[in-house]
Amino acid sequence: MSTYSVTEPSGRQKWFAGILVVLYAVITLLPLLWIIGTGFKSPADAIAYPPKMIFEPTVEGYVNLFTTRTRVPEDQLKALGEPTTWYDKLVRKNGVIITGASRFAERFTNSVIIGFGSTVLCIVLGTAAAYAFSRFKVPLKDDLLFFILSTRMMPPIAVAIPIFLMFRSLGLSDTHAGMILLYTAVNLSLSVWLLKGFIDEIPVEYEEAALIDGYTRFQAFYKVVLPQAVTGIASTAIFCLIFAWNEYAFAVLLTSGNAQTAPPFIPTIIGVSGQDWPAVAAGATIFLVPVMVFTILLRKHLLRGITFGAVRK
Amino acid sequence: MLQFPIDRIASATPPAIAARVKGLSDRAIAWLFVAPSIVLLLAINIFPLIWTIRLSFTNFRVNRPNAQIEFVGLRNYINILTDRDIWLSMQATAHFLIWTIVLQVLIGFSLAYLINKKFRGNDLWTTIIVLPMMLSPAVVGNFWTFLYQPQIGLFNYVVGFLTGSDPSSFSMIASTSLAPWAIIIVDTWMWTPFVMLICLAGLRSIPPSIYEAAECDRASKWRQFWTITIPLVLPFLMLAVLFRGIENFKMFDLVVQLTGGGPGSITELTSINLKRAAFEQWRTGYASAYAVILFVTVFGLASIYVKALNKVKKR
Repeated sequence: MSTYSVTEPSGRQKWFAGILVVLYAVITLLPLLWIIGTGFKSPADAIAYPPKMIFEPTVEGYVNLFTTRTRVPEDQLKALGEPTTWYDKLVRKNGVIITGASRFAERFTNSVIIGFGSTVLCIVLGTAAAYAFSRFKVPLKDDLLFFILSTRMMPPIAVAIPIFLMFRSLGLSDTHAGMILLYTAVNLSLSVWLLKGFIDEIPVEYEEAALIDGYTRFQAFYKVVLPQAVTGIASTAIFCLIFAWNEYAFAVLLTSGNAQTAPPFIPTIIGVSGQDWPAVAAGATIFLVPVMVFTILLRKHLLRGITFGAVRK
Repeated sequence: MLQFPIDRIASATPPAIAARVKGLSDRAIAWLFVAPSIVLLLAINIFPLIWTIRLSFTNFRVNRPNAQIEFVGLRNYINILTDRDIWLSMQATAHFLIWTIVLQVLIGFSLAYLINKKFRGNDLWTTIIVLPMMLSPAVVGNFWTFLYQPQIGLFNYVVGFLTGSDPSSFSMIASTSLAPWAIIIVDTWMWTPFVMLICLAGLRSIPPSIYEAAECDRASKWRQFWTITIPLVLPFLMLAVLFRGIENFKMFDLVVQLTGGGPGSITELTSINLKRAAFEQWRTGYASAYAVILFVTVFGLASIYVKALNKVKKR
């Protein structure tokens, strides 16, 4: 294998390019590694100067994340007797006792419910609309498609005022149902555009064959087209899930107690004295790592997803 | 009504088979499939927008539901366009927008160019570089305030280490001269991979035969870069700028968590300014007019830009 090619970079060029890219990757990864690392630091290690690279790992941050604690005087602490669980023991060292569960688990569950709920709806509505746009002559097709895309240009705060009023009068504010509907509407443009691209790539001949075999149009859709579009649907679903998962503006304006998701909650985590960075980092880690895993799984379709299917590889 | 040859096939087949092509008509299915999406978007996107436009001509305040709602004509619009604070916030947005786009285009394109040299393991490193882009801006932005802390923050430590200055001598977030750069740095860190990915697709779409032909004509590498690479990647690059432009014009979550618009109102981008008017001062009518102005601005700029983009594509 030594055919000379004028377009193939030389070995030295490759080395040089590789070193620069790896250097950038390491720098860019540093803040993320720092989040994960800080989650396993003790509060004292987290705010040490100079910043500690090597430290004794502890799960204190995670315990603090899931609990609420209060400081008690030394003698009262002694009167309580021996701590019964490992996490009790861990916090007692700092002169505090656990008074209950924090709201993190609840907020995280809200994120999961709202994220998955809106994703399912988005995919059901999006697949149907995308199929129709891909296969039929819909009147005003281009205008409708552009209309769907243009909904994405609005600053969320701009539509938040009437949505706030509308949700309030419909009793939807601060409910899971309201947030699921809202996130579905937000992500629908993405889902329609992406899925239309994927369905366009499935040859029409398959359905034509099915129709000749006596399938109805509807049967052809779910027995022939849907199985072919599974990869596209799966990657679209992951995109919708990630965007709903990360959404902050609507969540912070429209939810407070009941349906608040994790992004507005994590920055508000505070400890007994000031911002508890290991707990914040622990919450961020639990929240961010699933997205990192999904991103790695999605890498083949990433470009398509972030450009609404405008660029396909 | 049909777009593809199936109706011709169906009409050409014997009646026995044609009769089996039953169920709902295609037209009915098309409407049935599209309608729910359109209805949802009308209800949650267009209806609120129309409501916003209507409110923008009134003095309505959400926190005073019993007050008489008065039609005030263009007063809200005039007040906004003559308000010095709003122009300052537009300037802050423009500063943020221009610098993030310049930095992201320069770094993103360079990275894509280097990755396109196809060194071993370039796929793996591309995936790693892309990670920050997919994460929650609010959660990540909040953590960056920790990295930016004087003395204990990693960012200040690294900068201090590299420049020999004292890491506790500057605060990215509390200083009026550094805060605009604090948000630009984090946005660039997050979104450079976006520009990089699109440029990479552009670079990979150039057929090697063009370079081979140029090589035969003895064009220098430098000349090949400026006359082949750049023009062919330009449409991709412009698309990336469009996406980044729209997204950063709407920028809210990252900056709210990082600086909250401060110190003072140095980093108060229009979205944050709007949120203050709408949800802290509760000047609903006024904020609605503000929202309409922003929407018209982004829509107008985007359409002009798309026209330019199409011209470049056609060339």
